[in-house]
Amino acid sequence: MSCLQTIQDYGLRSIGIGERLLPKTDFTLCEHFTLIGSGMIWNIYFGIMAMITGFFLATALAVGKASPNKWLRKPSQWFIFLFRGSPLFIQFFFAYFFFLSLKKTYPMFDALTSAWLGALIVLFLNTSAYSGEIFYGALRSIPKGDIEAADAYGMTGWARFRRITWPTMLRLAWPAYTNEAIFVFQSTTLVFFSAFPAWQQRGDALYYASYFADKTFNPFVPYPILAFYFILLTLVIVWSFGMVNKRLNRHLPAERKAKMRFRLNLAR
Amino acid sequence: MPGLTFERRLMFSYCVDPDTLGTFRWFSCYLTTGVHWSFYLSFLKVLLLLAVTAPVALSFGFAGAMAARSHFPPLSWLGKGYIAIVRGVPDIAFFLFFVIALDQGFEWIRHKVLCPDWSEPIRQGNDFLVCQSAKLPLGTAPEWVHETYGFILAVITFSIVFGAFAANVLFGGMRAVPHAQLETAEAYGMTRRETFWRILVPQMWVYALPGLSNLWMVLIKATPLLFLLGIEDIVYWARELGGTKTSRFTEYPHGDWRMWYFLFLLIFYLGMTRVSEIGLEKLMRRLSHGQATSGGELLRKETTA
Repeated sequence: MSCLQTIQDYGLRSIGIGERLLPKTDFTLCEHFTLIGSGMIWNIYFGIMAMITGFFLATALAVGKASPNKWLRKPSQWFIFLFRGSPLFIQFFFAYFFFLSLKKTYPMFDALTSAWLGALIVLFLNTSAYSGEIFYGALRSIPKGDIEAADAYGMTGWARFRRITWPTMLRLAWPAYTNEAIFVFQSTTLVFFSAFPAWQQRGDALYYASYFADKTFNPFVPYPILAFYFILLTLVIVWSFGMVNKRLNRHLPAERKAKMRFRLNLAR
Repeated sequence: MPGLTFERRLMFSYCVDPDTLGTFRWFSCYLTTGVHWSFYLSFLKVLLLLAVTAPVALSFGFAGAMAARSHFPPLSWLGKGYIAIVRGVPDIAFFLFFVIALDQGFEWIRHKVLCPDWSEPIRQGNDFLVCQSAKLPLGTAPEWVHETYGFILAVITFSIVFGAFAANVLFGGMRAVPHAQLETAEAYGMTRRETFWRILVPQMWVYALPGLSNLWMVLIKATPLLFLLGIEDIVYWARELGGTKTSRFTEYPHGDWRMWYFLFLLIFYLGMTRVSEIGLEKLMRRLSHGQATSGGELLRKETTA
């Protein structure tokens, strides 16, 4: 079987298009690359959706945590502590069983127990908490002069937030936020290893990599391939976030521009 | 059913017939069954893993950071490669990889040493075959040897992965020590080795501590991954015990309680996080004492004011 045929059969296997049965014996390198690559669709889907939705909640949480009002501050603090203080793996398990019992009482919550929605909700809440903390840190380090200048121009409330506070917050938080994005994409690999079932063997990249490793008892082929895909993904994230960073810093004189330093900044 | 084979240890005498008990007493019996003691014991496993992994990973990290700083290029590449490889790849992939790879590595070495006249290839199709006496642990070994071996593999895996993280943090900490300090040491005629041990190492901790405390938090939150390495840890037991039990198999039938068991784990981890936060805060205060950092300056003002 040629490699092109394999790609046609298994390229979209992870979303249920193509050959139904996974290869059983005599695995070729091409099959490894195709199936694991096919699984990356899920990782990218979870990552992008969680980042986009999480961004808004994270902003709200950051503003809430920085708010002088106790009724806004306390819930934000608790939310952030809850999701940053416990392992994502346990959160997945808890959420899955929670959704399961919810489904038993109210059948309309059926979709929550499948990975595409249930796991996405957990990832969304989790990344909101982590990004919220990053944004909160940035919010606190906004130069005092910027806010004073806005006051001097007569800007208050929403206008000041939208035109001064928020862009500066993003600019300061962006390097750390890039790291967070890398981590979100990496933690998407946990989804099918926690309780969420891979229905009809439609799993993510790690699911297929461990499938191969289990079948061949040889970890030295599938995991490096997985690593290759993830390093590629990381480079794409770093590049695209770098473009945004350039835009956020475009008004600054060259020597004051925040350099994007991608040091390993462990988030979870 | 493992539940059946468990010896019935009764914590309270009234537990003989659970069907007749009221809610409170029923729970006091239910939560002290033999399987529940295994569940509580698995919490100790997590703590043991943390206690062993943290110092081992720190020393791996220290070695890695020293290698990366080396002036001998191959050694420096080795150190930098070790640090860089964990970047960009999900750590769970490393966990799954190392456990098989280490196991096969050990067996391969033993195979080479113990059975030198074995002629067949080790990898035959989809099988990994070594001679009987090279098997780890030996097929005849008792159950606890298997479990301990699995646990040791897990500890090594955790140490390798977190050692790389720690190496990165310590490497950063070493670079953050003000250069003037090192130049002064040189001016006093210290050798490179003396400068490293007497000037750099004592001062780097305060710069490395924020990163290391973050790492500690990450390590705590990575412990449930033990489950993926085939250890009977808290996740395993929570799943086992929480599942629906009918009265045919147990004296304590209940519905699907896995949600509550995992809620308990969630609270356990939140508690661990909170305690660590407080402890690390205290440590940071201590290390900042007398340092030329803003934290140290703040402490100085507090005491003189």
